[in-house]
Amino acid sequence: MQALSIKKLTKIYSNGNQALKGIDLDVEAGDFYALLGPNGAGKTTAIGIICSLVNKTSGEVEIFGHSIDRQPEAAKSCIGLVPQEINLNLFDTVLNIVVNQAGYYGIGRKLALQRAQEYLSELKLWDRRFEQARSLSGGMKRRLMIARALIHEPKLLLLDEPTAGVDIEIRRSMWKYLRRINNEGTTIILTTHYLEEAERLCRHVAIIDEGKIIEDAAMTTVLRKVQREVFVLSLGEALTETPELPGFEAQLNDPFELEVAIDAEHDLNNLFAILSRQGIKVASLRNKANRLEELFIRMVEKKQKNNAAAIASTP
Amino acid sequence: MMNLTLNWIGLKTLVRKEIVRIMRIWIQTIVPPAITMTLYFIIFGNLIGRRIGSMGGFDYMQYIAPGLIMMSVITNSYGNVVSSFFGAKFGRHIEEMLVSPMSNATLIIGHVAGGVFRGMLVGVLVTIVALFFTKLEVQHPLITLSIVILSSTVFALAGFINAVFATKFDDISIVPTFVLTPLTYLGGVFYSISLLPEIWQKVSLANPIIYMVNAFRYGILGIADINITYAYLIVGLFVVGLFSVSLVLLNRGVGIKE
Repeated sequence: MQALSIKKLTKIYSNGNQALKGIDLDVEAGDFYALLGPNGAGKTTAIGIICSLVNKTSGEVEIFGHSIDRQPEAAKSCIGLVPQEINLNLFDTVLNIVVNQAGYYGIGRKLALQRAQEYLSELKLWDRRFEQARSLSGGMKRRLMIARALIHEPKLLLLDEPTAGVDIEIRRSMWKYLRRINNEGTTIILTTHYLEEAERLCRHVAIIDEGKIIEDAAMTTVLRKVQREVFVLSLGEALTETPELPGFEAQLNDPFELEVAIDAEHDLNNLFAILSRQGIKVASLRNKANRLEELFIRMVEKKQKNNAAAIASTP
Repeated sequence: MMNLTLNWIGLKTLVRKEIVRIMRIWIQTIVPPAITMTLYFIIFGNLIGRRIGSMGGFDYMQYIAPGLIMMSVITNSYGNVVSSFFGAKFGRHIEEMLVSPMSNATLIIGHVAGGVFRGMLVGVLVTIVALFFTKLEVQHPLITLSIVILSSTVFALAGFINAVFATKFDDISIVPTFVLTPLTYLGGVFYSISLLPEIWQKVSLANPIIYMVNAFRYGILGIADINITYAYLIVGLFVVGLFSVSLVLLNRGVGIKE
């Protein structure tokens, strides 16, 4: 069963900007799906169309088999949205916001109050239930938007940069929670600029750029395409100059920090053998950027170069 | 096929939310019209009215009371919907409703019901204020109640349409200032149109508020400048027309969807 099916979706805004240029996308029920792309790529437009907040120009969108044009009520009932921008009624109380949202989905007040207690407790907001939303911190507002999106227990949850501006501790607790509801059966589509987040959480990834899908595959397949990784090594003893590491590209950032790029044909064992032979002690190592980030930057850059070349070759 | 249970619960939620909003900011929604109308009764009814004498067979204070009640109902119904819906648009929490399966008709009815609630609440308060200044005996209770609800609905719908098109806060005060207030003042609240020259009597008949004020005055005092059947017909047509326009605008996403 497909949670989401998009066919030839286009969107041209009134100012002439073509935000989506005929995208196709299929998301299986139960999946945790990342929709990535640079700013202005068309991610939020796509999510807006799926949720009926933006009118599409052409194309078809189905949610669990329900067309957003022909069966909007059934399609909308399946979706929960956590938007990018805070769109809470800041003068309403936390409890009213989630209970009212349940009412808009046809959930009676008694059940809505039970669920509100469940989700607000889960997201650590129950103690703040009688406070106006404007008194909450940024992280709390984001959690409130998640509780609001879940109150009708949607089968498909759309998260448009849900952890933007949220500190790492809250972000990690949100990851844990999202993983749990995904394991319980909720299909999740996530857009984020934190690629580490996408890599940790998602099983599938689509990369959208300039209104087109440029990659759509399983996360493992995509990550296998990473040809080169950069590691940062913390050294046990100071070095005065960059060591010669045959087969590796190295750079000494400071006497205690060495940066080494490793291509797909080499491995870490090889590197450590050379370092050991040269008597260089490594205290710890980390990835300079996460793998998905490396790939994402390369794909977007490659596309931009291709576009520039195509323009240059146009007579 | 519309899910009636879903929309009924959605409507109840929306109306409840609107009532909570009105009561939360009662100092802005309820008190000002009561004070304004008290001043009208003191100045126009009591001080100036004594010099005017009788109108339509009633003393002036009694004559203007139904018009002032209707005026407060109209302006508050309009003001409630325009500020609530535009506020939701401006704060983007309108999206809470737009992503939900609740129908657009329910969304309109819910907001209009909130406007009617505030209009009626203020109307009751102004009536209580009026009773301190004059005696009012309702001659036709059904006409009084039905015409006030219908008139309130008309202006709540008009407020909704204003909010749909509004893009900034200035836009929600332009119509009340330049359209609603002149129409109300020229709508027979303070005078009988029979006092006007014939040409202006005919022009006045193009003002829908004339029908509402006169039908309401007929309900309370038993006198009117116009035919009550026409009043129901015109107010009814406005309700149907404005609701249809609101629905078309919402279905097309005018002012709320890109």
